[in-house]
Amino acid sequence: MALKRLSIEQLLGLNKFVVDDEEAHILLDKECCRSCITRPCTAACPAGCYKAEKGEVNFDYAGCLECGTCRVVCPLSDRAIVWRYPRGGFGIQFRYG
Amino acid sequence: MANDKFTAIVVGAGPAGSTAALVLARAGHEVLLIEKGAVPGAKNMFGGRLYSHALNRIIPEFWERAPVERPVVRETLTLLHDGRSVSLNVRNLDWVSPPHHSFTLHRAEFDAWLASEAEEAGAMLACSIRVDDLLMENGRVIGIRAGEDEMFADVVIAADGVNSLLAQRAGLAGMASPRQVATGVKQIIELPSDVIRRRFQLEGNNGAAQLFVGDCTGGMQGGGFVYTNRESVSLGLVINANELRKTQRSLFELIEDFKMNPHIAPLLEGGDVGEYSAHLIPEAGLAMMPRVFGQGILVAGDAAGFALNLGYVVRGMDFAIASGEAAAKTVIQAKKHNDFSRRGLSFYQKYLRENFVLRDLAAYRRAPEFMENCRLFETYPDLITSLMAEVFTVSGSQPVHLFTKILSRVRQSRVSLAKLFIDGWRGATWL
Repeated sequence: MALKRLSIEQLLGLNKFVVDDEEAHILLDKECCRSCITRPCTAACPAGCYKAEKGEVNFDYAGCLECGTCRVVCPLSDRAIVWRYPRGGFGIQFRYG
Repeated sequence: MANDKFTAIVVGAGPAGSTAALVLARAGHEVLLIEKGAVPGAKNMFGGRLYSHALNRIIPEFWERAPVERPVVRETLTLLHDGRSVSLNVRNLDWVSPPHHSFTLHRAEFDAWLASEAEEAGAMLACSIRVDDLLMENGRVIGIRAGEDEMFADVVIAADGVNSLLAQRAGLAGMASPRQVATGVKQIIELPSDVIRRRFQLEGNNGAAQLFVGDCTGGMQGGGFVYTNRESVSLGLVINANELRKTQRSLFELIEDFKMNPHIAPLLEGGDVGEYSAHLIPEAGLAMMPRVFGQGILVAGDAAGFALNLGYVVRGMDFAIASGEAAAKTVIQAKKHNDFSRRGLSFYQKYLRENFVLRDLAAYRRAPEFMENCRLFETYPDLITSLMAEVFTVSGSQPVHLFTKILSRVRQSRVSLAKLFIDGWRGATWL
């Protein structure tokens, strides 16, 4: 049977995450993001965590694969994104890797 | 809190960090290996293959004990364009007899094993700890801070991966530019081992590695890969971040397209996706290398940008392991003179040259520039696949000799002979 096409939600659903409910490891400066025209994070994030909605950029840290692509492609990187890894033991847990 | 002072604190239990900790522990030094994941390997992923040489020198015949998947017997390089593909297939039985040339593996298992080797040698392993900052004194690194805890050491080895926040905190590295890194995504496709054996024409537990260039990346700088594990196939795409910055196409859609590609789909049929992962890859070699040593600090592995993509060979783990070893040897040397200043740690560069890391990166220093040539990802795959398709087509039309076919295809591709020659020459002398 041919493989089925999976959505990003389905793909992320296969992964094991330990979500840190108390602390988001990536914070956005909403002002910066509002002024950003290109918003490369929305297409470049391999987990589709960045979404442009109503003129704002929203980030859902729960499905983050912790690759760092957003930080690299962001034109306002040092101001718009405060990027850290999740607290110890939280975040993505690769079973294969 | 902890007042014990270690000889070295190694941040990151990936291949660079665990190797550094292992070599230091074997030499009898107090070493603390800190990992942010709940277990070593939980945060790590790669394409799929380890070249054995570096680890085999440190743990001889490591494959007898390590959780490796398959030794690779067959290498394939495939050009893709539309409905056509052209492959170069190389099979070498020498690669699968000791010392095995390369292995596919899963990082979650392998990294956990390598860290346990360091632990058995006497290193102290602390997991679920995110290092937040370096402790500095008079411009010298003297330890690390993790939350409320402070820990001290003669030297800190930053093996904290491609996004090395520590190398940046120490002022040794800046932010990578998009051109200097690529994003890799991977799906694990679970399949029974006998199905893998049949589809990839493998004997016993031998494995296959296949790299793809062409429209799997939508013409963007990068490529695709397939590696066979025991009971799964690693399928992935790697695309330069500067291309991702400009495109509207998502990697998770491109990898789905790749999976559905008629050249790939038959290999994966009936499989289940087991995991989807992503990681950044340093691609600029020496051009992005930070200062790899400072006052009380050494940088190893991906954090130092030690990786190499030649298009047909992709290396990272062997550099990580060898740089971890070089960092450990540097610390052992520095401890003898109790000099952990920049000068005392400058041996690092010497060890990195001797053990191949800097030698190889220097020899292939122009490879990253070669890879930025957009013709490699669209024009040439199109040219070569259409030419070869024509060569093998029998249609009853007027016979045309090979030389004429080649010339007319080159003319159609609109690449001048001069450009073709230059690209060919660069490929042959830079890669």
